[in-house]
Amino acid sequence: MMEHAILKITTKILFAPIILFALYVQFHGDYGPGGGFQAGVIFAVAFILHAFCFGLEETKKAMPQKALIIAMVIGFLFYAGTGVATMLLGANFLGYDVIDPDSTHHAGQHYGILLVEWGVGVTVASTMLTIFYHFTGREPDIDQEDW
Amino acid sequence: MNMIAQLPVLPVIVPLVLAPITLLLPKGRAPHLYATFVSWATFAACIFLLREVAEAGVLSYHLGDWAPPLGIEYRVDLANALVLVLVSGIAAVVFPFAYRSVQLEIDKHQSPFFYGALLICMTGLLGVTITGDAFNVFVFLEISSLSTYALIAMGARRDRRALTASFNYLVMGTIGATFFVIGIGLLYQATGTLNMADLHDRLAGQNSRVIDAGFAFILVGIGLKLAMFPMHLWLPNAYTYAPSAVSAFLAATATKVAVYVLIRFLFTVFGFDFAFLGAAFTWVLLPLGLAGMFVASLVAVFQEDVKRMLAYSSVGQIGYMLLGLSFATVEGVSASLVHVVNHALMKGALFMAVACVVLRAGSHSIHAFAGLSKRMPYTTWAFLISGLSLIGVPLTVGFVSKWYLLTAAFAAGHWYAGFLIVASSLIALLYIGRVAEVMLLREPATEGKYVIAKQDAPLSMLIPMWILVAANIYFGVNTDLTGDLARRAAEALMLTAGAG
Repeated sequence: MMEHAILKITTKILFAPIILFALYVQFHGDYGPGGGFQAGVIFAVAFILHAFCFGLEETKKAMPQKALIIAMVIGFLFYAGTGVATMLLGANFLGYDVIDPDSTHHAGQHYGILLVEWGVGVTVASTMLTIFYHFTGREPDIDQEDW
Repeated sequence: MNMIAQLPVLPVIVPLVLAPITLLLPKGRAPHLYATFVSWATFAACIFLLREVAEAGVLSYHLGDWAPPLGIEYRVDLANALVLVLVSGIAAVVFPFAYRSVQLEIDKHQSPFFYGALLICMTGLLGVTITGDAFNVFVFLEISSLSTYALIAMGARRDRRALTASFNYLVMGTIGATFFVIGIGLLYQATGTLNMADLHDRLAGQNSRVIDAGFAFILVGIGLKLAMFPMHLWLPNAYTYAPSAVSAFLAATATKVAVYVLIRFLFTVFGFDFAFLGAAFTWVLLPLGLAGMFVASLVAVFQEDVKRMLAYSSVGQIGYMLLGLSFATVEGVSASLVHVVNHALMKGALFMAVACVVLRAGSHSIHAFAGLSKRMPYTTWAFLISGLSLIGVPLTVGFVSKWYLLTAAFAAGHWYAGFLIVASSLIALLYIGRVAEVMLLREPATEGKYVIAKQDAPLSMLIPMWILVAANIYFGVNTDLTGDLARRAAEALMLTAGAG
């Protein structure tokens, strides 16, 4: 018999739409409200909800701490790497126009910000989760019984 | 890619891009070697930049190809090129030095995070220095401060008080940064721009309460960051309980960068057109600088803990820098810049010597220094020579700083300040002399917890430390480089400030 069946099943149903919404906010960020930071937070929220209902250990199995650190680094390198790539192509750091120099409507700016925001999203999501893991996973210094 | 055109962005981009990779390296030796390599690469970029600026004049770099004042501009002139070389140079010495000290004081599992944070801290400090955008200063200030809080807290493995020290610094530092950003906001409200040069143009002739309030917020905000007396209360604990290598790095760079930011805002952003500036020099910087020189130095004399003593001495030395720039003359500002560089050299070496003692004796209490000359002679002499430099003995950089300051004080007509500079140097003699007496004349402890074997610090620590000690003497004898660059930097600053 499953405990808290309603909560757990609701979480399972909501999990995928939350991720989908995060991706929507991520890719819609170019044209409307949103962007990598908000998307990253929403993405992390899906996992935090999972941890609330199934316990931290279960969430850590699905998304291990080690993977988060790698994701943080990769996300950041996506951002910085875009800047370095534009430097290598002959423009200044983060000078996106060089990505698509023949475009008449600055398409390079769109590609550039898309890449950078993707990096921001990955970094923010993994950092939010790391912070959450550390706060919730921390053993209290004084045992609750000893107060 | 045109290397010369991209040069101004490299001091920030190189450590910023490479720092996160530290986290992926295997724990132990690898992060240290990697971080050392990155710091050297950054140092090389900064030296090239300084050479380029010294020859070609001011360099401007437009991030993302957005032209200023709308886009973020990196603007490198002699003043910040000098500070860039200083910060990256200290980093290039501290990183190789740090290994053994960190091995002892930091959990092995944290070593990638430690070196990553130290690189990010350096990035932030370099970014604050290089940028020509007022808001960008705030962003980099936060980058360096946040990593500093983490670095100081890592001292908790040896002493749990590092946690409260770090938290105190976090609260004070955040208040400082908030005041600073409120000030920037007020200026933005009044002018509609964030670019420093553009701010200067638009502030000219304007006179309103908004700008006055903005100025006051910025002054207090930076004052907190640079530990201007009496806003220094976070500093002694933070430097005392931080890991030894972090203390050496921060003492030599963090407050220096804040002094640079103050100079930049006073002269480049506000300038002499701004009516408040004269009053700020006469009624805030001059008296607080003098008070810091005496009060903090006197407090240093009575410390039982050598690291804490050096921390209080740092607050006192910041007083000299504030005093120099409060004269608002070319001589004064160049004396202040020279002291920024020189004090970094001596405090870096002193904190490194303490780190060596901590490695062998496990303590930075003055009792651990008893008879040190018989146990660790090379460390003892490194401490003594940089201590003499701190006092201001001829042939050391300390003397050069004091000489420039004295000349500036008399030239500006503040003859009493000249006497006070000499008087406060005597206090430095007291607190360094106290440690010297313990090191040279006392017998080493034969029982109790301060017993040390007769074994000096390892070469990986002695060599970087002696490089700094040698720099103390080299720049004390050969004053052309620092003195000349600082003077040219000060002249350029005064020109933009509109000194007539």
